This record gives sequence, structure tokens and C-alpha cells, in this order.
Amino acid sequence: MSDIGHLAWDGEINIYRAADLKLEVLQALRAAPVLEIDLAGVTELDTAGLQVLMLAKRTATIEQRELRLRNHSPAVVDVVEMLNLGAFFGDAVLIHS
Amino acid sequence: MNLDQALQTFITESRELLADMEHALLNIDLSQDWGDQGEAINAIFRAAHTIKGSAGLFSLDHMVAFTHVVESLLDAVRDGRAVIDDDMVALLLACCDHLSSMTDGLAAGQYEADPDTVPEGERLLQQLRRRMGAGDEPAQSLAEQPLTVRPEPDVERMGQAAGNGDSDYWHISLRFGRSVLQNGMDPIAFLRYLARLGRIAGMATVADALPAADEMDAELCYLGFEIAFESTADRAAILGVFEFVQDDCEIRLVAPRGKVSEYVELIRALPENPIRLGEMLVQCGSVTAAELAAALAQQSQQSQHPEVQGEAGAQPAQEAPQRLGSILVAAGQVAPVVVEAALTRQKQAVEQKAQENRSIRVDSDKLDRLIDLVGELIIAGARTSVIGQRLHNAELLEATSTVSNLVEQVRDAALELRMVKIGATFNRFQRVVHDVARELGKDIGLAVDGEDAELDKTVVEKIGDPLLHLVRNAMDHGIEPAAVRVAAGKPARGMITLNAFHESGSIVIEVSDDGGGLRKEKILAKAVERGLVDPERKLTDAEIYNLIFEAGFSTAETITNLSGRGVGMDVVKRNITALRGSVDVRSVEGQGATVTVRLPLTLAIIDGFLVQVGSSVFVIPLDTIEECIEFAAEPGQDYSNLRGQVLPFIRLRSLFHIAGAPTRRESIVVLRFGKVRAGLVVDTLLGEFQTVIKPLSPIFSEVRCISGSTILGSGDVALILDVGALLQAVDGRGAVAPAPALPALAV
Repeated sequence: MSDIGHLAWDGEINIYRAADLKLEVLQALRAAPVLEIDLAGVTELDTAGLQVLMLAKRTATIEQRELRLRNHSPAVVDVVEMLNLGAFFGDAVLIHS
Repeated sequence: MNLDQALQTFITESRELLADMEHALLNIDLSQDWGDQGEAINAIFRAAHTIKGSAGLFSLDHMVAFTHVVESLLDAVRDGRAVIDDDMVALLLACCDHLSSMTDGLAAGQYEADPDTVPEGERLLQQLRRRMGAGDEPAQSLAEQPLTVRPEPDVERMGQAAGNGDSDYWHISLRFGRSVLQNGMDPIAFLRYLARLGRIAGMATVADALPAADEMDAELCYLGFEIAFESTADRAAILGVFEFVQDDCEIRLVAPRGKVSEYVELIRALPENPIRLGEMLVQCGSVTAAELAAALAQQSQQSQHPEVQGEAGAQPAQEAPQRLGSILVAAGQVAPVVVEAALTRQKQAVEQKAQENRSIRVDSDKLDRLIDLVGELIIAGARTSVIGQRLHNAELLEATSTVSNLVEQVRDAALELRMVKIGATFNRFQRVVHDVARELGKDIGLAVDGEDAELDKTVVEKIGDPLLHLVRNAMDHGIEPAAVRVAAGKPARGMITLNAFHESGSIVIEVSDDGGGLRKEKILAKAVERGLVDPERKLTDAEIYNLIFEAGFSTAETITNLSGRGVGMDVVKRNITALRGSVDVRSVEGQGATVTVRLPLTLAIIDGFLVQVGSSVFVIPLDTIEECIEFAAEPGQDYSNLRGQVLPFIRLRSLFHIAGAPTRRESIVVLRFGKVRAGLVVDTLLGEFQTVIKPLSPIFSEVRCISGSTILGSGDVALILDVGALLQAVDGRGAVAPAPALPALAV
């Protein structure tokens, strides 16, 4: 069993799913010391979705776990860059050209 | 207010919003000027957004889900990721329709998605998503899109912008309210929109308010943003970005080189009621109470500082020279921009208040009941004056005349309540013309005139369908294909014109087209073929044109799905006749046709004129009467000489087969309806009478020349004459020698 948990999110990460995603990510986060979320399939990220990611990141930091966001889709990169949150998440972001 | 009432309000408002949205969509289409689009797009967005928000309150998930996608697309249009074009307008109009049908379903008690319309909704959603997918590269499409007048810098990424340390930035501080997400707003979307106005030079996302994981509600918003913003846009434009969210967001704006952020923030937070500017400034902390006291003292001494300092002097105190605010500005204690914001806020609050108070919603049933009661009041009043006359009591007569005068005013006021402008009905046709023109592949515009003409609400409701048919018919049969038009030397774009005006107690609505006009020979040939007219008969042009209103008549060679099924024009005529109206068509071949619909202004109460024949009393609508003259006829003829003109007349006694000999002094009532004038021979003139129209029982529906009945003061029933039908009979007879003219055609 790996020490790294995996989640893959796709589609619209928005207010309609935010509550469910929050539970999902918190559960996954506490199940393993390191959690990787694959964001390649994300087509839309709104404020509510972003908050869930931020909450997960901060919770991970507080609880001394690690959250890695992987394969940011253009929709995610767009938001993260505009809001200048690259440093907050601290993940390597693939720049889509 | 219970939930049902709230839901009713929601339904009403949604319908209005959808109408606005449709109007805005059609206007985008019409105005070729790209610069105007911003306002229209905002209007569309506002409508979609408000519906989504309100639908959310009622947990109407299917509506929320649908409008969300619509709104997302509009959002994309707003921040330049998608460009609105003709197809998108058509798509959004279809979405409007879908929302309308959901609203209708709601009104019918359908709180869930209607299974019948779900596939349609899915199809629309797919199309919407496809349109959004087309504009995935924000910067690129921004550079391409031609929406704005102002040359727009591309959105730059944060990293690239970081080196710029200049302080000539607006500083925008945003703290979104907790409920902003639940209200359907996405702060990120607003930031994207903001980026269209300039360059986001620096941004810090403030997440300090984000609570611990277990306490965090994923549907609340905890974020704030500090933004350095480089833009030539003015304050109003920047605040305008946040227009939709201003109730849900604390916005602090600091002008370049300014230090007035706190002031503006607190002015924004002011309660709605206008408060005196000075109090506002104190309350918002830009001026302390001591400074206010000093300023007040200064004001009372009438001595202003002669010199002004800094940029404060740039703003002359023209708004209200005696106001405290201007003194503070002159004293350099408040930057003018703050005062301006406060004044604007004050003004807005007052205007909003005035707007709110100007109209109230009233259930139309209540109005109907009021009209009914006024009707009963008139009848009761008439009874009283009859009794007064019988008793020969002068005092009583005087009192009843005062009362009837007042009742008359009450009647007019009550009827006025139901009067609505025809403009709303006309504007609906913008959409019809747009859609039908698309369907027919013709380029057709709609010009509307006389929108302010008012008529009774019940008439307006009933006239919609007949008008719709007339407009469609004109587009389908009237307007020629573009090639034919150009060959005939006409502009390729056909025009339909709707016009309304008042004329002698009626409202006249004209539907005109500049198409090919009616072809007399073709109509006549068809009418003969269908057995509608005797081939031997000579008909006037007007009579031939009006054949198109006969049942079973259609000249269209090919049947389209719009009109030409052979039903329609006769139904139009029947519907209009049922409203005590008339319809007429005139045409110039090659230049177009005009259908004229003439309707009574109201269906409830009219000013009537009583006449008597034998023992029967009849009411003639006063508006149609020109004058009353003494009876005089050319011997043995059915016409009279009215000041040198021929006046055909009808003997009411023979028309209705009333027994008894005429009185010695008969009178002629001269009637006018449209362009036709004729006399009506009666025994006695009884005078004016306020007439409450009581519909006749359906078994009398085939009776011609009678449009209704009323109750007289004596309790007797009087019949109301249908002047239009009467004069039509005269007209037909006057033009063609042998007796029954048009009525025979209908058989």
C-alpha cells in the first residue's frame, strides 16, 4: 500500500459539487500522508471549487500532511494565475501555451 | 407574504425579465453598432442572473441548473471569451423560450422539470456548452474580439506584470459576502470581467477568513482580493464591474495617488435612506465630528476658504453650493471624489424610492371587480334619477345629478386603471418578425409607431393572436423574396409596420407591409372558384380585398407552415368582430398592403345615446354619433340631403321589424364609423346615458347589428347597436345596387 493517496477530479469543479468535493478531499487527505489530485480533466473552476482546494491545502499544511495538485488543466491554471495563488499551492504548474 | 404569493411574484417577475431579455437580445441583433452591446449584454445577463437567483430561493433546481449555463455563456461574452453573433442570439432566444415554458409550467404547478421539455433543454445546454468551448483561450479571443470601442490591452499574466513598481494604480479591495456564491455570483468571473477594463498589475488573494476544515461551508464565500489595477477607466466603470454583486461585496476603491479608500468604502455601506451628506461623511469617518462642527460653524458664518488646496479645487461645488459637502471639499478636507460618490449615492436612493412608490402591482381580478361594482353603481344611479324625475322633486334631481357626475368620474378613473399601452404588445412582435424572417429566409424589419396608445387590458390580451396572424401573413404572403424586391426597385429589406392611434372612441391598429400588395384578379378568380361570389357581380376594389377575410379563402400557391392553410384571415376577422371591432384591408398592387383593425377602447362601460323606436329602447355608442337632425327624406328614397351631401340612412323600425307606425316627428342620428357615414331613423331621441355593457347570451351571437345589452334606470333592458355592422350594411348597399352585399358572401 502506497503512502500516496490519489484523486482525479474532472468536469466542473463548482458550487454544485463543492460540498461533496470538500468531504471527499478531506477524507482522502486524512487517509494518507500525501494526497495527489489530478486536475487534468477540470473544465471549469469557480470560486467555490477553488476554496475547496485552498481549504485542502491549508488543512494539509496545518496537519503536516502534503497535498499535491497535478496536471493542472487550462481552466485551473487560468484561475490560479489570475489570483496569484501559484505560491500558495506551491505545485509545479505546467504552463500551457 | 406566504410562499405562494412569493412564488406568484417570482413568476410575474420572471416573465418580465424574460421579456426584457428577449428585447435586449433583439436589440443587439438590430443595432449594428458594436459599442452598444455592452449595455444590452448586461441587461441580458442581469435577467438571467436574477431569474437564477430567485429560482434558487424556491429550490427550483431545474431552472437554476439551466440558467446557470446560460449565465456562464453570457459571462464568457462579458469578459470577451465568446463573441455574440446571430446564431448565438437565436440560441439565447431559444433559451428564453425554454425558460418561459418552465415559468409557465411553474404557474401551472409544475415544480420539477417537465419530462416533455427535458430533451429540448438538454439540446440547448449542449449548444450553450459548445459555444463556450469555442472560446477557451481568454487572451487570444480578447485580442480578436471587436466588442469595445476603447483599445484594450491584453490580459497579462501576473508574473509578467510584477516588475512594474509604479504606484499609478487603482487599488481595489474586495471582500465578498458569505452568501455571494449562494446568490449565484462567482467572484472569479467578476475579476475576469475587471481584467477587460485594464491590466491587473498585482493581486493578493486573502483567505484569512477561511475557517477550519470542519466548520467551513463549501457553499459560502470566504475570500477577499487586494488588487493593483492599471487602467484608464474611471471610477464608475470600475465600480460598474461589480454592479451585480455590490450588495454582496465590500468594495474599497482608491484612486491613483489617492488616500480616500476608507471614505468610499463606508459610503458604499450606507443605509438606503438618504442621509445628509455631512452626517454621511462623519458616519463614514472621512470627517470627524469635530471637523463637521467646525465646518458647520464655517457654514453659518458664510465665509468659505478663499484658497483651495490640491486636487480638491478641481471640483467646483456646482452640485449644491450651500451644502456642507462642498464646503468640506473647498476646505480640502475631503477629496471631491468622495463627495461625488456620496452625492450619487444620495441621488440614487431618492430616485429608487420614487420609482418604487410610483407603481404598485394589483391583481387584475380586483380591478375587474371594481369595474363591475362601478357598473352596478351606474345602474343604481340611473334608477335613482328615474325615481327623482317621476317624483318631480327638484332637490332630489339636483342631488342625483351631482351623484351621477361623480359616478361618471369614478367610472373614467376606474377604466383608466385598466388601460395599458399597446407598446408591450407591439414589442413582442420584434421577436416574431425576427424568428419568422429567419425561418422564411427573408430579410424583414419591423417598425413600430404609436406604442403609447392605450386601450383596455382585456382588449390587449385578446388582440395579440389576431395581430400575430396578420403580421405573419404579411411576412409570408406580403413581403416578396429579396431578389424580386430588388428587381422591382425596392430595398432588399422588407418592412412591416405596426401603427396604433385613437380615432372616435376606437383604437385603430394598422399592420402594413411594403410587399407586393394584394392582386385583385387573383383574389376575385379564387373567390369565384370557391363559390364565394357570383361571377356576374361587379365588386369594388375594397370589396374584393376584403374577400380575403371570408372563410375558406387562401391564395397561397404553396402552403407554408406559417400561414396559407386556408384558415386564418377569417378567424382573425371573427375574433376581432367578437371584440366589437372591425377589420379592413387596403392595398396598392406592387407597393404593399395595410390591414386596419378598429377596436373599441373598452369592453365594459361606454357613453351611450338612447333612442326609442316604438316601445324599444336602443343604445348607440356616443363616440360614433356625429349629430342628430330632423328627419327629412327624398320622397321614396332611403337617403337624405345633409347640407348638400347624400346621406344614406337605415330605418331602425324596418331593420328590426318593429311593429307600429312611425311617430310624427322622426329624427335621424348621423353615425360615423371609420370612413363611412350614414343616418339612422328613430322615433325619439332620449339623450345620453352611461351604458354598462352586459354581454348577450351566446344564443344571440348570430344576431347582427347588436353588440350587447344594458340595463336602464327603469329596470328595462336596452340593446346596444353595433354601429360598425350597421354601417357595413349601408356601405355595401350604397356601392352595389341589389340589396344584400357582403353578408351574402359569408354563406
